[in-house]
Amino acid sequence: MTASAVHGAPRARPAAAPMLSPGRVVLHAIPWLLVIAAYVALPDYLTLGTNVLIMILFALSLEIALGYAGIVSLGHAAFYGVGAYAAGICAIHFTNEPLLGLLFATAVAAVFGLITGALILHTQGMTLMMLTLAVAALIAEAANQAHALTGGDDGLQLPALKPLLGLFKFDLWGHTAYLYAGAVLLVWFLLSWRIVRSPFGRSVNGIRQNPRRMRAIGAPVWRRLVAAYGLSAAMAGTAGALSAQATGSVGISSLSLLTSGTVLMVLVLGGMRRLYGAFVGAVVYVVVQDLAAELDPFRWMFVIGGLLMASVLFFENGLMSIVDIVGRARASRKSPPACGPDRGPAPKVTP
Amino acid sequence: MTHLTILLDGLAYGMVLFIISVGLTVTMGLMRVVNLAHGAFAMIGGYAASVLVASGFPFAAAAALAVIGVALVGAVAELTIYRPLYRKGELPQSLMTFGFTFVVIATLTTLFGTGMRTLPIPAALDGLVDLGFRAYPLYRLFLIAVGLALFGLLWVAVDGTLIGARLRAAVDNPRMSQAVGVNVNLLFTLTFAAGCALAAFGAVVGAQLLPLDPYYALRYLVLFLVVVGVGGLGNFKGSFVAAIVLGIVETSCKYLVPSLAPYIFYSLVLALLLWKPAGLMPARSAR
Amino acid sequence: MTDAATPAAAVLSTRGLSKTFGALQVARGIDLDLARSARLGLIGPNGAGKTTLVNLLTGFTEPDAGTITLDGERIDRLSGDERVRRGLVRTHQLNTLLVEETARENIAVAIAEREGLGWRMLRYGARWRACVAEADERLAEVGLADVAGHRVSELPYGRQRLLEIGIALAMRPRVLLLDEPAAGVPSGEAHAIHDMIDRLPPDVAVLMIEHDMEIVFRFAREIIVLVQGAILTRGTPAQIARDPQVRSVYLGRSVA
Repeated sequence: MTASAVHGAPRARPAAAPMLSPGRVVLHAIPWLLVIAAYVALPDYLTLGTNVLIMILFALSLEIALGYAGIVSLGHAAFYGVGAYAAGICAIHFTNEPLLGLLFATAVAAVFGLITGALILHTQGMTLMMLTLAVAALIAEAANQAHALTGGDDGLQLPALKPLLGLFKFDLWGHTAYLYAGAVLLVWFLLSWRIVRSPFGRSVNGIRQNPRRMRAIGAPVWRRLVAAYGLSAAMAGTAGALSAQATGSVGISSLSLLTSGTVLMVLVLGGMRRLYGAFVGAVVYVVVQDLAAELDPFRWMFVIGGLLMASVLFFENGLMSIVDIVGRARASRKSPPACGPDRGPAPKVTP
Repeated sequence: MTHLTILLDGLAYGMVLFIISVGLTVTMGLMRVVNLAHGAFAMIGGYAASVLVASGFPFAAAAALAVIGVALVGAVAELTIYRPLYRKGELPQSLMTFGFTFVVIATLTTLFGTGMRTLPIPAALDGLVDLGFRAYPLYRLFLIAVGLALFGLLWVAVDGTLIGARLRAAVDNPRMSQAVGVNVNLLFTLTFAAGCALAAFGAVVGAQLLPLDPYYALRYLVLFLVVVGVGGLGNFKGSFVAAIVLGIVETSCKYLVPSLAPYIFYSLVLALLLWKPAGLMPARSAR
Repeated sequence: MTDAATPAAAVLSTRGLSKTFGALQVARGIDLDLARSARLGLIGPNGAGKTTLVNLLTGFTEPDAGTITLDGERIDRLSGDERVRRGLVRTHQLNTLLVEETARENIAVAIAEREGLGWRMLRYGARWRACVAEADERLAEVGLADVAGHRVSELPYGRQRLLEIGIALAMRPRVLLLDEPAAGVPSGEAHAIHDMIDRLPPDVAVLMIEHDMEIVFRFAREIIVLVQGAILTRGTPAQIARDPQVRSVYLGRSVA
C-alpha cells in the first residue's frame, strides 16, 4: 500500500507539454520576483528570508520523494543533516570554498540516499515507513557517537567561508547568504520542474499510483524509486549544506524527528504535488515560527503538531489546492480546459 | 558482568518493550491504522503515575489510576481522532498521529516541566534476590514475570476466546461482522483503549529501564515500531519474540560494545526487516 | 492450420511448468506452445489455475519447476519487467490503470517505456511529444480518441477495459496475454471489446483467458481446457465443444 491513492488532489497532468503562454510566464515569475522583492524591501529580515529559502528547498526534496514517488519518508531530516554535517566537515577539514562544500555535501547526501534507498525500497507500506525511521535513527545515533567528526552534542562550528565565486563575501547581515540560497534554490527548482515532467518523472509518478501497472509496461520499479530517492536526498543535502554555510554552524537537531516532522508539515500544508506548494508551506512555517520565536522547543512542538493535525483535517490537498478551485472555476467558464502541469484537474465528463 | 546477568537484564528490558508494544501491534496490525502516537500514550501513563506518586499516592494506586486514565484518553482519542482516519490511508494517518504526538509532548511539558521525571519503584519490590551466581534486583525479575504473565493472558484471551475471534473477524470484514451482530465500533474503541492502557502500564512499570523524559514519545517510538514490525504486524507472539531478541541484543551491545551498540542494533533491525518484510511471524489474517 | 505449433516455430513455450501453494497444486507440469499468430483460448472452471498460469508466464509468480521460452530464449529466470521488455505483455483481470492520469498519459508513458525513454530526465522534449502523438493514434485505433484528455477515473468501466488492452497493444507485443478482457463489462459496452479482439494484429500471438464462451469460440483457433492446474485436453473449438469430458466438467448441456 503506497501513499498514492489517498492523499492529494488527483491532478491530470496532460501528456502534451504546452508552450508557455505569456500569462503563464508572468505567473511563474511572481514567486521569484517576490524573492527578489523581499531582498530589496526587507533588508532587516534577510536571515529569516534565507531560512525560508532553505526550507523551501528542503520541502521540495521531500516532495520528490513523497509527493511524486510516494515514498512515505518520515526521517527525511537524515539527508538534510548529512548534508549539513558534510558541509561543515568539508569547511573544517578540506576547504572553506562554499561552492565546493555545497557540491561535496550534495554528493554525500546523494550517496546516503542511494545506498539506504537501495536497501529499503524493496519494501512498501508500513514496513517501508518504519525503515525510513530506523535509517534516520541510525544516522542520528551515528552522528551523536562520532564526536571527533561531528562534535557530538555540541555540533560543528564552521570557519569563515571564502567569498562566493571569489567575489561576494558572506557578510553579517546575510546579503550574500540570501542571494546564494535563492540562486541554489532556483537551480534545483528548474531541475525539479524539468524532471517532474520528464519520462522518468512520469514513470515515478506512475509507480506511486500503481506499481503493478508500471511493472506491466516494463518499468524497472525498484531502480526508478532508488533514483528518485537519491535525487531527493541530494536536494535535502543541499538544503542542509546551505543551512550550515549560512548560519555557520551545524547542530544535532538537524537530524531530529522534530526536523523531519517540520518539513513534513511544511509540505503537507503547502500542497504535495505542486512544486510551488513548497513555497507556500515554507513561508507559512517560517512566519509562524518567527511570531512564536519566544516559544521554547516544546511549545513549538505544539504548533507543529497542531498544524500537522489541522492539515490532515482541513487542508488535505494543501493550501495550493486553492489554485485548483480557482482553476476549476475558470475552466467551467471557458471551453477548452486550460490544462498544463500544476493546473487543475481535467473537467468532469458525463459518460 | 556475567553473561547471565546481561541476559536477564536484556530479558527484563525486552519484557518492557513487549508490554508497551503489544498494544501497537494490535492497532497497526489488526486495526490497520498507522499509529505513531503510541509512544505518546505510554508517556502520558508514565507521567501521570509519576505525578501521582510525587503527590503521595502509593505506587500501585498511581499505576492503576494512570492506566485507567490512559484507557479513557485512548477511548476518546479513538472516537475523535482515529475513527475518521480508518478509511483515509497511511499518509494522513501518519501525519495525524505524528502531529498528535507532538501535541501530547508539548502539553505534558507545559503541565509538568521539561525535566526528567522519576518514578520510584515500590519498596516491596526493591531489593536484591540471591540467584546463586549473584544477587540480582528483584524488580527486574518482577518485570520478567509480568511480561510472561501478560503473554500468557493474551494467548488465552486472543487465541482462545470469542473476543479474539470477533476482533479478527471485525478487522477482516467489518460489514459482515456487523451483520452477524458484532458491534464493530465498540470493539474497535475497546481494543484501542486496551492497547493504550497496556502501553501506559508498560511505561509505568518500565520507568526504570525506559526513563521518562520529554522526548520519551519520540525517542522510543522507533523502538516500538521496530519491535512490532520485526515481530509481525498484528501478531502478539511475534512481538514477544521480537521484543526479547531486540531487548537482549540492545542490552548486550550496551554492555559489551557500547560505542557500536546503535549500529549493531539498527543493522540487525534492517537485516531482519529486509529478510522478512512482513515480520518474523506475520498475522494469520494478514493482507 | 492449428496453433499447435511445432516447438521450433513456437514463439512462447513452456515445459513442465508447476507451482504449489502450500497444499494446493495450482499448476501441474503444463506444456504449452504458442505459435506466432496464435489465437489460443484458455478455459476452465473457477480455481483451475488460469490466472496462475498467466502469472507464471509473466514472472509475477515464481514456478517450482519447469521452463518458459520466448523466441528461443529461456525467460523463467528473468524478472517481470525484463520479460515485458522482450515483448511478453499482459492485461489484467481487474483494470490496472493510472486512474489519476488521462487516457493519453497512460498510453504515452507505456510508449515512452517501450522506446527506452524511462530514464530521461533532462533532454526529452521532442521524443516525448512523439510518444504523445503515437498515443493519440493508438487511442483512435481503439476508439478512445474522444476521451484522450479525460481522466481514467471518469471513464466508464468498459472504456477503461479498452484502454487496458490499448496500452498492451501500444507496447507492440510479440505475445499478448489477455486475462478475461470482457470481465465486468456491462453488456451494452461489450461489443467494443469484441471488436477489439477481432481486430488484434495478426502477427501477435494471443492467449486469452475467458469465461464468456461466445467470445472464446469466436476468437480462438485452438482451445486449452485447464482443470485443477492440469491441462485436461486441447483442440479446435469444434472438438472441444463435442468433447464429453469437457462438457461434463465445464460446459454443461447448454452448448449445442
